[in-house]
Amino acid sequence: MAEDKGLLTIGEVANGKLAPIAAELLGIGRKLADARGDKLDMLLLGANLAEAAKQAIAYGADRVYVAENPALAEYNPDSYAAAATKVAKQLSPSILLMGQTDMGRDLAPRLAAKLGGAVSMDCTELAIEPDTKLLLATRPVFGGNANGVMRVKARPQMATIRAKSMAALEPNASRQGEVIKVDAGVDASAVKVKVTKKVKQEALGIKLEDAEFVVTGGRGMGGAEAFKSLEELARVLGGAVGATRAACDDGWVASTIQVGQTGKIVSPKLYIAVGVSGAMQHIAGCSGSKNIVAINKDPEANIFKVAHFGVVGDYKEALPAFIQKCKELLAT
Amino acid sequence: MNIVVCAKQVPNPEIPMGKFKIDAQALKVIPPEGIAPVISPFDEQAIEVALRIKEKNPGSKITALTVGAGSAGDILKHALSMGADEGIFLSDPAFEGSDAFGTAYILSKAIQKLGNVDLILCGRQAADWDVGQVGTLLAEDLGIPLITIARKVEVLNGKLSVERALIDGYEVLEAPMPSLVTVSNEVGLPRLPTGMGIIMAARKKVAVWKAQDMGIDVAKVGKNAARSEMVKLYIPVREAKCEMFQADTVAEATVKMAVRLREAKVI
Repeated sequence: MAEDKGLLTIGEVANGKLAPIAAELLGIGRKLADARGDKLDMLLLGANLAEAAKQAIAYGADRVYVAENPALAEYNPDSYAAAATKVAKQLSPSILLMGQTDMGRDLAPRLAAKLGGAVSMDCTELAIEPDTKLLLATRPVFGGNANGVMRVKARPQMATIRAKSMAALEPNASRQGEVIKVDAGVDASAVKVKVTKKVKQEALGIKLEDAEFVVTGGRGMGGAEAFKSLEELARVLGGAVGATRAACDDGWVASTIQVGQTGKIVSPKLYIAVGVSGAMQHIAGCSGSKNIVAINKDPEANIFKVAHFGVVGDYKEALPAFIQKCKELLAT
Repeated sequence: MNIVVCAKQVPNPEIPMGKFKIDAQALKVIPPEGIAPVISPFDEQAIEVALRIKEKNPGSKITALTVGAGSAGDILKHALSMGADEGIFLSDPAFEGSDAFGTAYILSKAIQKLGNVDLILCGRQAADWDVGQVGTLLAEDLGIPLITIARKVEVLNGKLSVERALIDGYEVLEAPMPSLVTVSNEVGLPRLPTGMGIIMAARKKVAVWKAQDMGIDVAKVGKNAARSEMVKLYIPVREAKCEMFQADTVAEATVKMAVRLREAKVI
């Protein structure tokens, strides 16, 4: 290693536009790069990246490395790992950051292995240690019961960041930056795994991640049927329905509406948790909500320790009256 | 088929928040008193996946591996009681303090010693430190294909067909064997051990392999070989004070809450 310099982020693109997580990466990346006296670089992999590259500069990147290749149009673990490894080896950054997304969860540990670095996954805070200029990565552990602060001895020092945990900068279209094309040719022999089909299972209506109101049911709902009243409440409020891991594992609802550490991260104006015990791995997905309401039979349930408003009681008694009153209030 | 499942013992993740204690000085979590540790839930689901594959491919053998010390090998008995055929406890004082890279290396040496493995299954992440990397690093060590975060795993015509859970759906991937797959909770609930399973498991002996049994270079394991270090461990402060609503009936209490939410302009 010649110099312990360089801060590379790996962005993500959705429908030709820079994904929100990439803007968040640039927001925190800008702070870290400035604290270290580094340039802020972003690597974009895929096809048709011109628009996203411009956006990346507006959001804070100094240099955007664009690896365009039709073979990278969709995420394939092997081809993305090979292409990202190739570019990262050339740039040899001291710090390498990604999002904790479908891609980041899969790709980051692969890159750590291939580059000889180490990664802290799912971080909620990143900082530069003043004396050493090293990366300090804070990540929830034990499902979020505690936080651990990690320092990486190997290079690159890698981290993935949890969605919505770090703020993006206001985009500035007049910011200057460089777009640099890089060769992302992938040796076909490196690709062992084939993606044969991709199935979207987005719920109809408002997207859970974007909803202002989220109504979530847990194991306390007792079955699939009971989720109908949650759907009604969500409809009344103009929101979306979520579920805990337990409710998904029991097969009551689609696993794509799981809220939590390994599911979706939501931060609505109001989060209503019904029959939710409040396991930390679940709280990890909703603790950014502005207001949390809990309805649970058990007064000792963890959920009351993180909620702002609560009623102790059976959801069967609570929900009809609550839905009715919300309807009345919203009609006035 | 020879299937290996890698599993780990963790403090019970379902304990109430108040029972979770740390030693911030020693950067350690204090095991909750009187609550037995368990197999990490995603690992238990990996065993479930192995059992489903065995049901469709009779004659398959399932070997469960764990790295740890002391009672950490107890989860192998749990794996056996669910229906795994063999358990091997990889335990050596030299392993203590290993990071994900060290742990993956230990597992890779055990799997190389076993030989002829067609499929390796790991949980997507352990419910203690939530590192989520051992499976990936193990596949990299062994130089075999890897698919992460599976919600369904099947063997079709000698190939693996895996559904990988995505945030808004899933994708289907195909891989040759041997490969490694990390398993997510979307595969569904693991089966409970049967009474007969528990009796059979009690009779089976769990082998213990030490570093030298696997030809492990001890310089690559343990705390000194770790690529990351924890510099601080703390329990985050939660400021939320819950405003509770009470009335003669639960229904009336929720009505009061709705009114309050409206006043506060939350709805």
